[in-house]
Amino acid sequence: MSAAPGPKANGSAYTARFRVWRGDADGGELRDFDVEVHEGEVVLDIIHRLQATQANDLAVRWNCKAGKCGSCSAEINGRPRLMCMTRMSVFAPDETVTVTPMRAFPVVRDLVTDVSFNYTKAREIPSFVPPPGLRAGEYRMRQEDVGRSQEFRKCIECFLCQNTCHVVRDHEENKQAFAGPRFLMRIAELDMHPLDSAEESGLDRKSAAQEEHGLGYCNITKCCTEVCPENIKITDNALIPLKERAVDRKYDPLVWLGNKIRRR
Amino acid sequence: MTQVERHTYDVVVVGAGGAGLRAAIEAREQGLRTAVICKSLFGKAHTVMAEGGIAASMGNANPRDNWQVHFRDTMRGGKFLNNWRMAELHAREAPDRVWELETWGALFDRTKDGRISQRNFGGHEYARLAHVGDRTGLELIRTLQQRIVALQQEDHERSGDYEDRLRVFQECTVTRVLKDGARVSGVFGYVRESGRFFVIEAPAVVLATGGIGKSFKVTSNSWEYTGDGHALALLAGAPLINMEFVQFHPTGMVWPPSVKGILVTESVRGDGGVLRNSDGKRFMFDYIPDVFKEKYAQSEQEADGWYADPDNHRRPPELLPRDEVARAINSEVKAGRCSPHGGVFLDVSTRLPAEEIRRRLPSMHHQFKELADVDITAEPMEVGPTCHYVMGGVEVDPDSAAATGVPGLFAAGEVAGGMHGSNRLGGNSLSDLLVFGRRAGLHAAEYAAELGTDDRPRVSAEQVDTAAAEVLRPFSVEGGEPESRTENPYALHQELQQTMNDLVGIIRRASEMTEALRRLADLRQRSRRAAVEGHRQFNPGWHLAIDLRNMLLVSECVARAALERTESRGGHTRDDYPEMDRRWRKTNLVCELASGDGELAAVDPADGQIRLTRRDMPPIRGDLLALFGKDELLKYLTDEELDT
Amino acid sequence: MATTETAGPSSGGVHAPGRAAIAARQLRTDRWWLAPAVTVTVLTVFVVYSTWRAFANADYYAAPYVSPFYSPCIATNCVNMKGGADLQIFGPWWGLSPALLVLIFPLGFRLTCYYYRKAYYRGFWAAPPACAVAEPHRKYTGETRFPLILQNVHRYFFYFALPFAVILTYDAALGFRDAAGHWGHMGLGTLVLLVNIVLIWVYTLSCHSCRHIVGGRLKNFSKHPVRYRMWTWVGRMNAHHMAFAWASLVMVALADLYVYLVASGAFADPKFF
Repeated sequence: MSAAPGPKANGSAYTARFRVWRGDADGGELRDFDVEVHEGEVVLDIIHRLQATQANDLAVRWNCKAGKCGSCSAEINGRPRLMCMTRMSVFAPDETVTVTPMRAFPVVRDLVTDVSFNYTKAREIPSFVPPPGLRAGEYRMRQEDVGRSQEFRKCIECFLCQNTCHVVRDHEENKQAFAGPRFLMRIAELDMHPLDSAEESGLDRKSAAQEEHGLGYCNITKCCTEVCPENIKITDNALIPLKERAVDRKYDPLVWLGNKIRRR
Repeated sequence: MTQVERHTYDVVVVGAGGAGLRAAIEAREQGLRTAVICKSLFGKAHTVMAEGGIAASMGNANPRDNWQVHFRDTMRGGKFLNNWRMAELHAREAPDRVWELETWGALFDRTKDGRISQRNFGGHEYARLAHVGDRTGLELIRTLQQRIVALQQEDHERSGDYEDRLRVFQECTVTRVLKDGARVSGVFGYVRESGRFFVIEAPAVVLATGGIGKSFKVTSNSWEYTGDGHALALLAGAPLINMEFVQFHPTGMVWPPSVKGILVTESVRGDGGVLRNSDGKRFMFDYIPDVFKEKYAQSEQEADGWYADPDNHRRPPELLPRDEVARAINSEVKAGRCSPHGGVFLDVSTRLPAEEIRRRLPSMHHQFKELADVDITAEPMEVGPTCHYVMGGVEVDPDSAAATGVPGLFAAGEVAGGMHGSNRLGGNSLSDLLVFGRRAGLHAAEYAAELGTDDRPRVSAEQVDTAAAEVLRPFSVEGGEPESRTENPYALHQELQQTMNDLVGIIRRASEMTEALRRLADLRQRSRRAAVEGHRQFNPGWHLAIDLRNMLLVSECVARAALERTESRGGHTRDDYPEMDRRWRKTNLVCELASGDGELAAVDPADGQIRLTRRDMPPIRGDLLALFGKDELLKYLTDEELDT
Repeated sequence: MATTETAGPSSGGVHAPGRAAIAARQLRTDRWWLAPAVTVTVLTVFVVYSTWRAFANADYYAAPYVSPFYSPCIATNCVNMKGGADLQIFGPWWGLSPALLVLIFPLGFRLTCYYYRKAYYRGFWAAPPACAVAEPHRKYTGETRFPLILQNVHRYFFYFALPFAVILTYDAALGFRDAAGHWGHMGLGTLVLLVNIVLIWVYTLSCHSCRHIVGGRLKNFSKHPVRYRMWTWVGRMNAHHMAFAWASLVMVALADLYVYLVASGAFADPKFF
């Protein structure tokens, strides 16, 4: 038994040129590494090999390595992706593979970023309001009624959509006002939940999405959908329907008039 | 005294998976100030990897299901080594725990009449697993996470501070449970991001750290699974039981090499998938053990009829408990009837329409497509056993989840032992997390609430200094003579994984395990010279060097207990003792720290750090025994046990 | 966008303090600029062409075919369309091209369409030009303020688009008459108008607002099985909204071009029967 690092060569192996960002909040640089690549490997394998052989203290956040936890988000050749789901076979052997941390969030060290923005936003979204009068075990919902929200609950919170959305990526100052695709989708999820009773309790999620969580900042350019590793149709199925629901509330003259009259 | 960040809480939960979050919710709902410590980010815990479902006898799919049937299945799956009281509580309370999730916003797949849909799984007599496609663990973790956020929002409403009564410490690792005399006084740990130390003073600590899979090479577990809670308990003086029982999930991916071990959910088989060898034969029919002969189909025709009409057909043998299927696959591979990459074929493509596969098994479809270039709707998967779960863990009181002998220490989930006996049924893990997570949180809160302010245990400065020195050690190791050169923690870890995989793996022999113990002793010595470069900020090499202590401790427990148990049962298979032995049925093997005082260095290297003792289990309550037929009990219990 | 000022590389965005200090504003190695470039080119060509044709006020009717730009034709200066949609609502005082009276509706429908918005925000405004490619603006308020907040009126344009689609369907049906008004004719022009109206219908019905109105706004589908069905259908079409948007845009221009060529005598409509 040997302690040779890495899996045994299975088929062809080659040496790839990696360019990895190393540094922290005070600065850093892209550094070049030549590293072995074996058949069937993903970018995260290569980062791990760098860790084990050339850069013991290379910081990288990861967890399940199966695309289920959403920890290893980074930017590979400028595109926001999960490192564990990016196969090396998509690159030509002579291509330089550049790996940087996500660029919309403050960097902690190397490939690790401070994603607390997302946890702050998560707290600002009002939670599920259980229907009064229904006890646990009495919930009845049809599959067709839960399907929409279930799609959004596939979200693994990798925050790639939050990272790629130009509203905050390119405009730090918008972070205050804008919840980001992941959390606007959370509002849509709750608003489409067949038993959510926010409305009965006086909370209008549709208007709140626009007035408090920055739905209007979204200009539906669909980058969130493009980078979603779970293939959730964030824009088409969550954000646009949410915009339409806000229109129901705020720009539909009949609804507006009705509300005015009812309030009197 | 060492510079540390200090906090004071009533209850500290170490671990933020299903059990940890459920415990934290309960403690906070009891009105106590609660802290949760996650090793990774909030919501990323290993629970998200659970795919199939949550076992709970709600009876939505088959009204004949009830807690007694679930209890029976659990005991059978664990080959009667389960702590019967835990199995009983688990079966009784699981439905309430699942329904409760719905009131927090969970959206399970539905039956036609709008109830929670339930699916078939290995070892469960009826379709019993509440599920969401094949991402049930994610739903569970997200629901609990969102429940915590909801509680924080309540606190914010009340006091203006989200973290007033419930705070999540993200990316922190606990390295020691601190004690004041016999009692728990808090925890010591470090923040991964900054490397800074922290101490949380708290009279009650709930361990919910999950498993030990990262000690094995081929595993479905993530890096977090380094046996931290097992080691913390040992070091705090609490015993572990059943450590010889490690579950190898029968179906992990085998190719490509970089994903070897990643889980392929049992739902593939529950929904109709079959196992074939390289001859195309459905080999599981050859591997039905005697104890299960009456329950499983003998022909393909009978097995296939079961999916549509379970009342008049027996179950297909692909749905035997996991230990049986894993052993069968292992035997086929050893006999040379294996797939090109050393596994067997798991085929669902010829069993269900493509559309149906994509609907029922979306993440499996995605996983194989993305990682292996295999379209599971058109071709079979290649699978083989992978280290998945440890049945052993902290010995706890079944009702309160309190660890033996250490007041204030509680354990729930995979880190606790006893519930699953020698083998866990699929789906029983998620329900275990919820049932015992809640109980641990509840009793930890009660314990903490009963203490008066003057009565609270105190953290000693000396213990903090010792803990800090232990953690900092890898930075000060210096290479000198050739026999004391520094060691690379990554290399040590790889050697450990290889050792456990090869010598204490799915099939075990006395000679190999003796060799494993020798190697572990050697690794233990070398690990004291594990050195790291760089500084304390997010330094993975350092983190691994610290985790090695835990992996070496639990690996020794596994190897010692496995060597001692001279029979084959559930997740423990001995080549040299291939039969199940009724005399072993009521015996737990108990691991304790040999030094007894939490000190590791002083122990003689040859002796190891673990002391192993045998302990008899309490006899099963009569009304629960009566749920089984006498013939069946005869296979498990000794004659004198049956007479009394 | 509306309130943005163009600026060079700044200290904001990906260069904001605290973020990883990477000099390049973006590191993409693929041809990310291709999609916005194509968008800009095609849309520009279309705008130039349609502006010319809208103002031309000529060669828009070649019996039995009418250009989709000029239908319905609602001024007295329209040519006689022999039973077509020339409604003469506006009196002789209207001296400009009658197309200008109606084009605002299909134009508005497309301008506020969720897909076109994406296309031109990316292509013309570069907000953003492509994913993870830094945009050149110092400030961004999206659709929160005037005028872009008006994008929210999309659904009203959708309502207007429906009668237009009906009228163009009628036009296409009239294509089965010959130049003298007798039924039983089909030429290449008939086919062109048919394809055009089919694409207009799928584009219109696959609209996000339509999807919302037919069922998307419901909380419980199970209580409205018919609307759920419709929502499912529209949803299926909606997945291809982008393809329909481009296809119908190109086709409507081609249909007009065809009528123009026939009306101006540059080309004789081949007759099938």
